[in-house]
Amino acid sequence: MIEISNLIKKYYVGMPNELTILKDISLSIQEGQFISVVGASGSGKSTLMNIIGALDRPTSGTYVLDGIPIQEMTENELSEVRNKKIGFVFQTFNLIPRTTALNNVELPLFYMGVGKSERRKKAEELLELVGMGDRMTHMPNELSGGQKQRVAIARALANDPAIILADEPTGALDSQTGKLVMDIFLKIHREEHRTIVLITHNPELAEQTERIVTLSDGRIIGDRLNHSQKTEVGVRA
Amino acid sequence: MIWENVLLAIASLRANKMRALLTMLGIIIGITSVIAIVTIGNAMTASVNSNLSSFGTNNITVFIREKTQRSFGGGIPFLGGGGPPQGGQIRGSGNSSRPEDSDLISLSMINKLKEEFPNNITGVALTNSVGSATVKDGEKYANVSISGTNPDYLLSSNMNILQGRYLNQNDMNNYRNVAVVSDRLVKSIFPNGADPISQQIKVYKTNTIEIYTIVGVYKYETSSMQVSTVSEEDVSTNLYIPVTTSKLGASQQNYSSITVVAKGDSSSIINFTTQLQTYFDEVYKNNKLWGPRVNSLETQLSSIMDVLNSIKLAIAFIAGISLLVGGIGVMNIMLVSVTERTREIGTRKALGAKNFHIRFQFITEAAIISGVGGIIGIILGTTVGAVVSVVLKAPVTVSVLVTLGSVIFSMAIGVFFGYYPANKAAKLDPIEALRYE
Repeated sequence: MIEISNLIKKYYVGMPNELTILKDISLSIQEGQFISVVGASGSGKSTLMNIIGALDRPTSGTYVLDGIPIQEMTENELSEVRNKKIGFVFQTFNLIPRTTALNNVELPLFYMGVGKSERRKKAEELLELVGMGDRMTHMPNELSGGQKQRVAIARALANDPAIILADEPTGALDSQTGKLVMDIFLKIHREEHRTIVLITHNPELAEQTERIVTLSDGRIIGDRLNHSQKTEVGVRA
Repeated sequence: MIWENVLLAIASLRANKMRALLTMLGIIIGITSVIAIVTIGNAMTASVNSNLSSFGTNNITVFIREKTQRSFGGGIPFLGGGGPPQGGQIRGSGNSSRPEDSDLISLSMINKLKEEFPNNITGVALTNSVGSATVKDGEKYANVSISGTNPDYLLSSNMNILQGRYLNQNDMNNYRNVAVVSDRLVKSIFPNGADPISQQIKVYKTNTIEIYTIVGVYKYETSSMQVSTVSEEDVSTNLYIPVTTSKLGASQQNYSSITVVAKGDSSSIINFTTQLQTYFDEVYKNNKLWGPRVNSLETQLSSIMDVLNSIKLAIAFIAGISLLVGGIGVMNIMLVSVTERTREIGTRKALGAKNFHIRFQFITEAAIISGVGGIIGIILGTTVGAVVSVVLKAPVTVSVLVTLGSVIFSMAIGVFFGYYPANKAAKLDPIEALRYE
């Protein structure tokens, strides 16, 4: 699903303050995997996420997403990749203000060129899935943090993406609500076999995923499968 | 896609009603002033047109004047043709010279003219101003100016015959002492309401008393452009007598000016005016001192209209500047909006919006602000224009072209001034935009 090899990301290339954020990252993620990337702030997590999310291009190295090489793409091609292959969930929800939950969820489909009625149907299904069926026409400012994040998850699922990229999705929520949101991720992973990349600095959250990649100073310093998670999910189920 | 973008834009404008409204205000004021000024300008033009038309736009005046005046503005004495002075013709210098009878327009010339242009000429009005006099009957009196006219004079004027008839060819041929008088004179001389037709009136001139028989009464109309300096009862009205009668015993039997009543619409009259000038130039080509000048109200009207139109254009241009300011207001607000919505733009890009989606979204917003402002401006401008037109007692004319043009222009302003902010939004780096606080 994701093949990253020898990826390097530098900023201010060629200038005296040149900065290497990612140093020779190679990472392979299989389809249907729920993987977490952990690391302290400044470790390069966000930069890696931006590259995986096709928001940014690597300075060198290759990144193949779902069979598509990303590293050489133009801005508009990247937009298309984001639109069709990636579902974003942000720490700060980033719902479009003054726009109903339904319209928010429809947005990726709108940019994809999907017709109105089909969009509406899909958005309603997804809001039901995340348990927001009764608040579809609410505006973001009428929703609690947890509710916002659930709408955001529904939105991330709208385009049927190859991967869901969640950047600290519980970072702005209290632990109770955070757990609820985490449960939704686990549910869609389990029931829909989605590939999910969770970026977090919280080891507790990471422990609930199948695989934990640890990043430090721009390098992967740890990459292990987390077998306890399977049983935990099994217990819950 | 376009329609949904419009809906999206409307939704986002509704979220900021006050701001959208204030931005619109700039466009509204601009469009309102342009439309109002053009409407008022049109109304004034139409008003001037109809006022002047009442003087008879079909009339073309031909008058004889010194040739030197025509070429040199009247100031410099110069002999016609630029050749050496010829003996006996040096009288042309100065203003004191008078044309000989042979220099003027004769009846045979008029007849030839009519034969030359049978399809253009309705009639040729002749007038000979005799002078002022007083009609008296005991204590009763009325001031008149005596005008010798021919039957065609009726065609050249807007005269309204209330009773009897106008002068006819028979009156002319027989040098009859008949007169057409104003209803005002009738009121003064026949206050008891007696039928004035066939009544005789005594006309007191400076040295003589003449007796005329009334054959017709016309309606006296005060011109709105005339300011009367005499009291009501002393107002002088025209008394029309046959031009032949008026010229009895006069030294000059020919006419220094004639009025050709032409057929056709304004452009054909303007053409005919030029044709007549050429025709008379040819007739007078051997006369070194005197030449014709052909003038029609229609040609004067068209030059007045030209001036009015340029004034209108100049004012509309100034109003256009306010529209420009409105456009800059739109740009300003769109820039604020882009900054304010940086995160939203970042999110949209993360969700797959391409640059053109973002650009289109903001341009649509700008176009809607200015388009709606434009429509409101058209309604207001037309209303203001109509009200002022009514106050000016001018016909209300709404220019469809200007109205349509304004809508398109205001939309274009939106797109033009919206493009820069929209482009700025489209080019935002999604990562930076998402991080923007």
